[in-house]
Amino acid sequence: MRNIRVVIAKPGLDGHDRGAKVIARALRDAGMEVIYTGLRQTPEQIVGAALQEDADVIGLSILSGAHNHICPRVIELLQTKDITDVLVVVGGIIPDVDVPKLNELGITGIFPPGTPMQVIVEFIRQHVRPAASAR
Amino acid sequence: MSKGIPSASKVQRPEHIHTISGVPIEPVYDPSHIEAVDYVRDLNDPGQFPYTRGIHQNGYAGKMWTMRQFAGFGTPEETNERYRQLLAAGGTGLSVAFDLPTLMGRDPDHPLSLGEVGKCGVSVASLADMERLFDNIPLSAITTSMTINSPAAMLLAMYLVVAEQQGVDWQEISGTIQNDILKEYIAQKEYIYPPGPSMRLVTDVFAFCGERVPRWNTISVSGYHIREAGSTALQELAFTLRNGIEYVQHGVDAGLDPDKFVPRMSFFFNAHNEFFEEIAKYRAARKLWSHVMRDRFGARDERSWKLRFHAQTAGVSLTAQQPRNNVIRTAVQALAAVLGGANSLHTNSLDEALALPTVEAATLALRTQQIIAHESGVTGTVDPLGGSYFLEKLTTDMEAGAVEYFQTIDNLGGMVEAIEQGFPQREIAESAYRFQKQVELGERDIVGVNVHGDNEELGVETLYINEDVSERQIAKLNDLRRTRDANRVARSLAAVREVALSKTNLMPSLLEAVRAYATLGEICDALRDAWGEYEETPTI
Repeated sequence: MRNIRVVIAKPGLDGHDRGAKVIARALRDAGMEVIYTGLRQTPEQIVGAALQEDADVIGLSILSGAHNHICPRVIELLQTKDITDVLVVVGGIIPDVDVPKLNELGITGIFPPGTPMQVIVEFIRQHVRPAASAR
Repeated sequence: MSKGIPSASKVQRPEHIHTISGVPIEPVYDPSHIEAVDYVRDLNDPGQFPYTRGIHQNGYAGKMWTMRQFAGFGTPEETNERYRQLLAAGGTGLSVAFDLPTLMGRDPDHPLSLGEVGKCGVSVASLADMERLFDNIPLSAITTSMTINSPAAMLLAMYLVVAEQQGVDWQEISGTIQNDILKEYIAQKEYIYPPGPSMRLVTDVFAFCGERVPRWNTISVSGYHIREAGSTALQELAFTLRNGIEYVQHGVDAGLDPDKFVPRMSFFFNAHNEFFEEIAKYRAARKLWSHVMRDRFGARDERSWKLRFHAQTAGVSLTAQQPRNNVIRTAVQALAAVLGGANSLHTNSLDEALALPTVEAATLALRTQQIIAHESGVTGTVDPLGGSYFLEKLTTDMEAGAVEYFQTIDNLGGMVEAIEQGFPQREIAESAYRFQKQVELGERDIVGVNVHGDNEELGVETLYINEDVSERQIAKLNDLRRTRDANRVARSLAAVREVALSKTNLMPSLLEAVRAYATLGEICDALRDAWGEYEETPTI
């Protein structure tokens, strides 16, 4: 079985990349293959990168409050392209009131500031879609 | 005995204790640690070179720090209301937080502004929004700090035109623009243009304000964001001061006399958890800067030697878990800033790991400063910790470490070159990862996160930014575009583009574009046409 492949992406205009970079390194140290997109990626670019990299996971880092616009768009693009086996997780500043909306989109991995890196590693290992790992 | 608290008799000092920045700390300090310190040469009285103990002879007894609370969200109308509340609550200065489209020089209707309008700060798309932001706030009676970098010159131009409309002389107004582009490439990453033209914008502001707006602080050289991105205290100090050196050098290279613009430069540091290390950082900063200005640049005006700084408590230290604990963290950090001689201070609100602060949380943060100022008694004596064996040793080490970093960066060819080679970025990313690993390995305790986290959590009310801010801002923008003089806008933008390609100071043409109600996005696009955009190579 090949290693889990993760695209870590910074959508929107925000440049605060400490979290994205720390998580990228933690996932890499945990044996995953990590592709970091860099800053200011549109949902189209992120989904494109995931497709091109044959990613199992998209990790979105959003601290600016734009998650209510960006997350639905990423999910919609995945659905349009008929991609059902990519796990989408989000890290950053996500107010509690927005969590149900993200859950409805199928995003259950939501990691606020202070989340231990190990929790994120474990979540990905447990929720990565089996079809993807076996591919 | 509750879980996790050993009884007193069993408490033993671990063999190695390090500060949050990785500096080893000894169990006790004594005179042998500061044998090399000479009082007059290294410390001297407050108000005396090298200003280690402070730039004012009388400290806070002579001039209390400015309590400046950073705020901004949604539309200019909503933020205007918050400002009036803050001023009524006894705030003594305003500090504008702009939203990401404004920080990045994009109009609210640009595709990249999707979901970002009014979220992290207030949306200011043109002079019309700046007029709304300061409606009924007399610019003669307050000072305003604006956290704006790539488009700092444009937002300053808007502020100056609002002052003009209010009938306030530019000679009289005071405030600060952050205008620190170097730390954007290093840490916060809100850059637009390549370093060369970006630095020219900075020096154009130095020159213009030197002549026309003499009380304006033309730059706030910022370590805050470098620290938030994960640097150590030493890296924050060293990179910030080395950035300061880079700006002075560019000013000198542009033909300016340091004594004409350096007195209007100010600094901005983080106030983090490690109490004594933070105080040492501020003291070392003053000492280092006085020497750099006198010895490296030959400045003769004392005001060029005196480092003035704003401090903000560490946003990154706040936790989403048990958010009420953040009040205590902020109080300890604020006390460090005060004992280090901060000239101005922002205290974070308890809810900032969750959202932008509510008015209640922001008021409590201001009250924290007021309690330190009025009740703690720490303001009666200047540099009250001066002479502490521990603090003086930390201060000396901090200074030596910074001088080493200066040398490394000088050897790389200066800060712009060091940034292009990714040097400070790599140093910071390493420190950030090292810290996070320490937390996870249990080597560093964070209350409510990896220790004492098992109690039931009490949530807090958070501010919610309406999703219709974007629609409202776009509607106003469309009205503006319909009603303004389109020919004047086009002419002014063409002039901005043309001046950008010459060596003429850009401020007059930016002021004309602002007066014509060109939007921020349009003005920044004119410069994008002339200069291109900067992109960094993503590395982890």
